[in-house]
Amino acid sequence: MSLDAVFDSEEPAFVPYLAAGDPSYEASLEYVEALERGGADVIELGLPFSEPIAEGSTIQSAIVRALKAGMTPERYFEFVEEVDVDVPIVCMTYYNLIFQYGGSEGGPRKFVERAADVGIEGFVVVDLPAEEADPLREACDEFGLDLIFIVAPTTTDDRLESMRERVSGYVYVQARTGVTGAREDVSDQTAQTLDRISDWDVPKAVGFGIKTGEHAERIVRAGADGVIVGSALVDIVAEGHEGDEPVAETAEKLEAKARELKTGALRGVGAAVESE
Amino acid sequence: MSTDEPADGSFGQYGGQYVPEVLMPAIEELEDAYRRYVLDNEDGFMDEFRERLADFGGRPIPLQRADRLSERYDTEVYLKREDLLHGGAHKLNNALGQVLLAKYMGKERIIAETGAGQHGTATAMAAAHLDMPCEIYMGETDIARQRPNVFRMRINGAEVNPVTVGRGTLKEAISETMRDWATNVEDTHYVIGSIVGPHPFPSMVRDFQSVISEEAREQIREKAGRLPDSVVACAGGGSNTMGAFAHFVSDTDVDLLAVEAGGSSLTVDEAEGVAPNSASLSTGNEGVLHGARTKLLQDSDGQIMESHSVSAGLDYSGVGPELAHLVDEGRVTPVNVGDDAALEAFHRLSQDEGIIPALETAHAFGYLEEHPEEVGDLTIVNVSGRGDKDLETVIEETAKRDLDVAPDMSVFEQVGAGRLGSRGDRE
Ligand SMILES: Cc1ncc(COP(=O)(O)O)c(C=O)c1O
Repeated sequence: MSLDAVFDSEEPAFVPYLAAGDPSYEASLEYVEALERGGADVIELGLPFSEPIAEGSTIQSAIVRALKAGMTPERYFEFVEEVDVDVPIVCMTYYNLIFQYGGSEGGPRKFVERAADVGIEGFVVVDLPAEEADPLREACDEFGLDLIFIVAPTTTDDRLESMRERVSGYVYVQARTGVTGAREDVSDQTAQTLDRISDWDVPKAVGFGIKTGEHAERIVRAGADGVIVGSALVDIVAEGHEGDEPVAETAEKLEAKARELKTGALRGVGAAVESE
Repeated sequence: MSTDEPADGSFGQYGGQYVPEVLMPAIEELEDAYRRYVLDNEDGFMDEFRERLADFGGRPIPLQRADRLSERYDTEVYLKREDLLHGGAHKLNNALGQVLLAKYMGKERIIAETGAGQHGTATAMAAAHLDMPCEIYMGETDIARQRPNVFRMRINGAEVNPVTVGRGTLKEAISETMRDWATNVEDTHYVIGSIVGPHPFPSMVRDFQSVISEEAREQIREKAGRLPDSVVACAGGGSNTMGAFAHFVSDTDVDLLAVEAGGSSLTVDEAEGVAPNSASLSTGNEGVLHGARTKLLQDSDGQIMESHSVSAGLDYSGVGPELAHLVDEGRVTPVNVGDDAALEAFHRLSQDEGIIPALETAHAFGYLEEHPEEVGDLTIVNVSGRGDKDLETVIEETAKRDLDVAPDMSVFEQVGAGRLGSRGDRE
């Protein structure tokens, strides 16, 4: 399924993130599949990079665990081929891994070709602003993949324009300044940002700090087409790993958390309809 | 220099702005401030900077003939004594410039990373001098091996935040400072400590540091009556290096030698993800790290490798994009010196010239010892910093090795024994 098809439906999309291979290749397969059972509409699957400068401590630790357990770009592609989910997978990573995959010829084309080959639908590249993204955008166009950009609360109007010209799939609205990590509250910066891009024709998914079904509900009510949740799920993986929990048990908790978030997001639409 | 440079901060294929979106507006704001205040001297910024560098920093800094080394290598050796700059290293040139710029920009808080603690110390000093609150991120390995600088930062009023991820060195400290910046971007300026990071940092830090070669070029003409055959400087990120090279780049007869840390070996351990050196110019390849495209120590997948050097300030997997470019152009020659030779050079300079250099700086002198024939008849070596911060490390590392030049430290044992004896007597 394509990202367009997901967002064409009336329902808000639930977009969970996990780092591939955390804490091991096998367990991680189970966890990603559990997310789909819990209601995931798109999966942002992290390809771990050793220097994750936009990540808070939760996802940093996930990346460390995944790298220790042997995750590499090639293993990641195998993972995507093997994981048994029907919803679209978006690869979330940092530019050096994409760049380096090109070998001596350099550049993103080879990576995108291989990603298309295993069925990845799009990319979020955390440290690649629109200005540096043309080579990747071209490769994505060649192989029919989407390139998602992150809009931050600090993004200026000029910068919004340069993203708007290049974005496809959906736009990732960063709910607050800072790095990833689950928070107790939901920022009101979100509504303002959504307002600034309300006339864009790509769907808007909001992430950074969303932790509960109630957060998800409020985000959807603020106008989001999708809800992105990472750290709150990674926390469950971390606890399972540290507590030596059986994989099936952690997977069940992930599924339940996913269901809570998805249900919350759905309530957000209901509320919006009711208040009209 | 800065005038014929492309406005987007690219150096050939290197440089650029590879940062999370949340930081882009801050970087654009900084670009604008760099252009107005630094390049165009708006509101007399550069005048104030120069005045403070003189009064607070102690510039101009002498260029000194090294008599014993000149004799030893049978070549004229001059020392650019950045170790005499306030704080004991070249780092203040940049830190003072950036903290002052942050003030002109209306920022209210300063953050910085540090490896050897020299940049952290310089930033803490500049922040105290200009009355700005300051927090420094430092890897735990570096906190342990550069304790004197941790004290200095604290005493100057800065917070020191330990970074525990990874190997706990400069690379992790930079990542963590970027995370703080992404969180507090609206009121905070990140004073990056070398010619690394996204544009405009590499150009701006180079411009602040280029006072080194601006002075040295004048001084050598006065003292030796001509330009040198070579300039030698150690290179971690490369700020003292580009500072010492900048005004000589267009003097194509002057060889520019960047001395990297060869660590314990130049071969890498792919499986462990470890490069036992910090020689990114000599052995690295192109990639993207900390906001810039440059030469990196990385594995074939593009994961960044842990570097190694006995000197904390050179212990970094990347290098400034401008140096990477100048190396590709053939204008700068990358060379390297290992831990052992650097330690030996440390002792030699201390004994022969009465100058205790930083371990980073000692690498430049290690090169002189190993390849005196490469520097011509007249050379300038940049003494990027003094070695007070390194004494504990040097004594420890020296004890592990069999170095001809090392002093005997048994004096401590004699004193220890004497004390015990006299205490015993009294009882
Ligand atoms: C005395 C001294 N020299 C050199 C360096 C290396 O930095 P750079 O390569 O930016 O000059 C450091 C870094 O801490 C230092 O303290």
